[in-house]
Amino acid sequence: MSNSDFLRQLPGDGHSMHGQRSISRRLRIDMPLLILLLILAGVGLTVLYSASDQNMASVLRQGRFLSVAFVVMILVAQIRPEQLKRWAPFAYIVCLFLLVGVEFLGADAKGAQRWLNIVGFRFQPSELAKLVIPMALAWYLASHPLPPAAKHSAGSLVLIMLPTVLVAIQPDLGTSILVATSGVFVLFLAGISWTFIFSGLTLVALSIYPMWHFVMHGYQRQRVLTLLNPESDKLGAGWNIIQSKTAIGSGGFDGKSWLHGTQSHLDFLPESHTDFIIAVLAEEFGLRGVLLLLLLYGLIISRGIWIATQATQCFGRLLGGSIILTFFVYVFVNMGMVSGLLPVVGVPLPLVSQGGTSLITLLVGFGILMGIRADERLVHQ
Amino acid sequence: MPRRQALKNTFRERLVYRRRILVSVLIVMIMTGILVARYTQLQIVDYQVYITQSDRNRIQLLPIAPKRGLIFDRNGVLLAENIPSYTLTVVKERVPDMEETLAGLSKLVELDEDDIEDFRNRRGRPYQAIPLKFRLSEHEIAVVSVNRHRFPGVEIDAQLVRHYPFGDLFAHMLGYVGRINAQEQQEIDPVNYSGTHYIGKIGLEQYYEDILHGTVGYQNVETNAHGRILRVLERHDPLPGGDIHLHVDAEVQRIAAKAMEGRRGAVVAIDPRDGGVVAMVSAPSYDANLFVNGISSKDYSALRSDLDLPLYNRALQGQYPPASTIKPIWGLAGLYYGAVTPSTTYYDPGYFSLPNDSRRYRDWKRGGHGTRVDLEQAVQESCDVYFYELAHKLGIDKLHDFGVRFGLGDVTGIDNTNERAGLLPSREWKQRSRGVHWYPGETINVGIGQGFTLATPLQLAVMTTVLASRGELRAPRLLASVGEETISAPLLGKIEDMPGAHWKSVIKAMESVVHGSRGTARGLTKNLPYRLAGKTGTAQVVGIAAGERYDSEALELRKRDHALFIAFAPAEDPKLAVAVVIENGEHGGSVAGPVARRVLDAYLLGDDAPDYMAEQPRVSDE
Repeated sequence: MSNSDFLRQLPGDGHSMHGQRSISRRLRIDMPLLILLLILAGVGLTVLYSASDQNMASVLRQGRFLSVAFVVMILVAQIRPEQLKRWAPFAYIVCLFLLVGVEFLGADAKGAQRWLNIVGFRFQPSELAKLVIPMALAWYLASHPLPPAAKHSAGSLVLIMLPTVLVAIQPDLGTSILVATSGVFVLFLAGISWTFIFSGLTLVALSIYPMWHFVMHGYQRQRVLTLLNPESDKLGAGWNIIQSKTAIGSGGFDGKSWLHGTQSHLDFLPESHTDFIIAVLAEEFGLRGVLLLLLLYGLIISRGIWIATQATQCFGRLLGGSIILTFFVYVFVNMGMVSGLLPVVGVPLPLVSQGGTSLITLLVGFGILMGIRADERLVHQ
Repeated sequence: MPRRQALKNTFRERLVYRRRILVSVLIVMIMTGILVARYTQLQIVDYQVYITQSDRNRIQLLPIAPKRGLIFDRNGVLLAENIPSYTLTVVKERVPDMEETLAGLSKLVELDEDDIEDFRNRRGRPYQAIPLKFRLSEHEIAVVSVNRHRFPGVEIDAQLVRHYPFGDLFAHMLGYVGRINAQEQQEIDPVNYSGTHYIGKIGLEQYYEDILHGTVGYQNVETNAHGRILRVLERHDPLPGGDIHLHVDAEVQRIAAKAMEGRRGAVVAIDPRDGGVVAMVSAPSYDANLFVNGISSKDYSALRSDLDLPLYNRALQGQYPPASTIKPIWGLAGLYYGAVTPSTTYYDPGYFSLPNDSRRYRDWKRGGHGTRVDLEQAVQESCDVYFYELAHKLGIDKLHDFGVRFGLGDVTGIDNTNERAGLLPSREWKQRSRGVHWYPGETINVGIGQGFTLATPLQLAVMTTVLASRGELRAPRLLASVGEETISAPLLGKIEDMPGAHWKSVIKAMESVVHGSRGTARGLTKNLPYRLAGKTGTAQVVGIAAGERYDSEALELRKRDHALFIAFAPAEDPKLAVAVVIENGEHGGSVAGPVARRVLDAYLLGDDAPDYMAEQPRVSDE
């Protein structure tokens, strides 16, 4: 709803004089990306309408979230990458402070401290970290010759580790994975040596045992165990996976058609409108729908990668590449966990899952990408 | 531009970046391939598995309990009905925290320890609704309904529950239904009882459980994960249990119970023509409705500790010495075996002694009944010595063989639960049970229905029907018909080789008990429009040593003799045979007799509370 309103406002802009192309240029918008994102948001609202038992109110609420997020995206697109690069080190330090603050002042939500109340505004610093970490790393690595020297690679790892650990102990495994990967992607794209990568992977493999015993929470361990054998706890932790797999599988190729997914509508599927919404889509639209959704994501990622690759500045390339690859990680982790490939961690399906905070983060990311694209076009002109 | 960046090799940086992006795209494509493979696996390869699971998930086969068959009397009066009742049920699997739920619910409805205990002990199929509290009040239904969202898994279930409109009047006969307990759970057909909470526990309700229960129905319902039914997809109606009609006449039963008011004992009335039980009362009784939803331990212990034993079904389980009521049978035996003729007389000096034995078996009447006591006089005045002589002459073997043909010494085979057998002693029985041989003196006691001899009131009634029908032994039947189908009482035996004259003699003697000028029940004749054949009896509760006098005043109430009376009428064409036992009633003729007459009047004349009851003459009894 709100998106189409938003669309209608675009041509209505009194300042447009040179047609659509010039409007998008003046607004620093990448039209293909915007259209793809709007289609995706439309898909999300369509599925949400079904998942929420045709509750128009929750669709409208999500529509408002989306409108705000798209506006924020366009606002962010106005920021020049050069400007972001300058803010990056300060943003990183502020973010670390906020994460520490959450540890001491955070509001408890479902047993996890993730929220910070700042003048009555609920705020999730871990979401901020998802953007600030790649920014800070892109700044740090772009400030030195690439591929990075060993000491810079090590320094980058420290920059990644600090916020990741702070997020992980909130505890928010899903976000900490996204925070870490967004940083690692920057490092990877910057050309960190393969030796470094493989020794890092070895280190991770070696740390699995102590992580399992000393770092992970009981419920996190349970999730992994449940993944390995969902039948072991049919009514407890395994319930979600069994039900979502049943929803997906029973959709078949053609699906049960929109609004006719029995699994989701009969409350068998928990959180059907948030993290598990792909199960509703898969049940109602079948494998066909899933493939189309993946195609849509594929197009967005392709466009994003193209923009990042075209970026003239190193900072923009690294940041843009990380943002779009992290976007894919969202898709992969969410679709993997709902289909029982990965443990259940709180990762939403980008632009389709209901919810405000991660939506803003994601679209801020696309705003940055659009800003990079706009800058590059300026350079070409 | 900072100076450091000038040192950077922009070309190399781009090259490295492009290579890394290429690797990334490759990885993204591989991972996307994994996702595609995964969703293909779920949605194409394993589609059948999941579509089946999905259907099972939402479609539940719910049993529908059949309506329990109704019980009517012979005139269509409803004796057991079903009334709607609301039950609080819980699906244990859907309750996140049982303690919390129980605590929360107990704030809304009154839950006592028994309810919770029963609930905890109940194990059903997975996802079966287990009853927690029966008979919710209107207020409780409202309160629970309003708060239902707070308690997942908790539902209010409307169902039909057994109700006995007459309360205690038929409690011993019908028995009652109650909640299925753990042991019964093991024995019943789990499918047919999947929707049923109640089962016949005792009495007719248990005996005819198969007929009354019916066959379970099913409905396919679509439910959500909380088990709440959203839609009924398919319904197979249950087959209601069969309605049963009894031989019992509720009005006769009521009058019999009224006549027994304030007394302990039993009345059994049987139509000798078909063996149908017209009335069967055990007094005192209890309200069967108390048991339907589980009796409270307080009520139960009150019933249990009652000295009058209201839970004890005296009609079927009370074993009493038949005493003098057995005399007509022995009279017949004497005639049958040719030991006596109707004109044979014995001398009754007031006692009897076996040859070569100094022990005196006393007559109830001091000084005896005279020098020439014949069969009719012996029955009419209940002369003990006559039957001592007769028993001695016949011997225990003949007595036993003959008595068996009247249904003595065994169960009658009535269609009811927990019937106890009587005891008609024999040599074999004594050798078997006591390991001792039979003494001739014991035969003498059998001759007057004492000693080892025991009979239930039902058995006495059956014995009376054999007399009334001139030799037909039928298993008494409560059930007359199921729906349209008439059930006939099986004929267990017929005494064919008995000359009609013998029956005539004995029945004439029994008529003289009531109608004769010296009959022990002559007090019953007032305004009696039909011929009544009867026999009184007084059963000793405490053995009276020889030479001691019986003094009822000196004995505690519960040690006093039992009063017995058997009767059938009209004598020439018997339509009803009645047996009455009144514990510690002392006088068969004046205490038990009037009860029998009221039952007979009610059945034969449709007459309640006849005026003769007002002033009952006190007659000398035996």
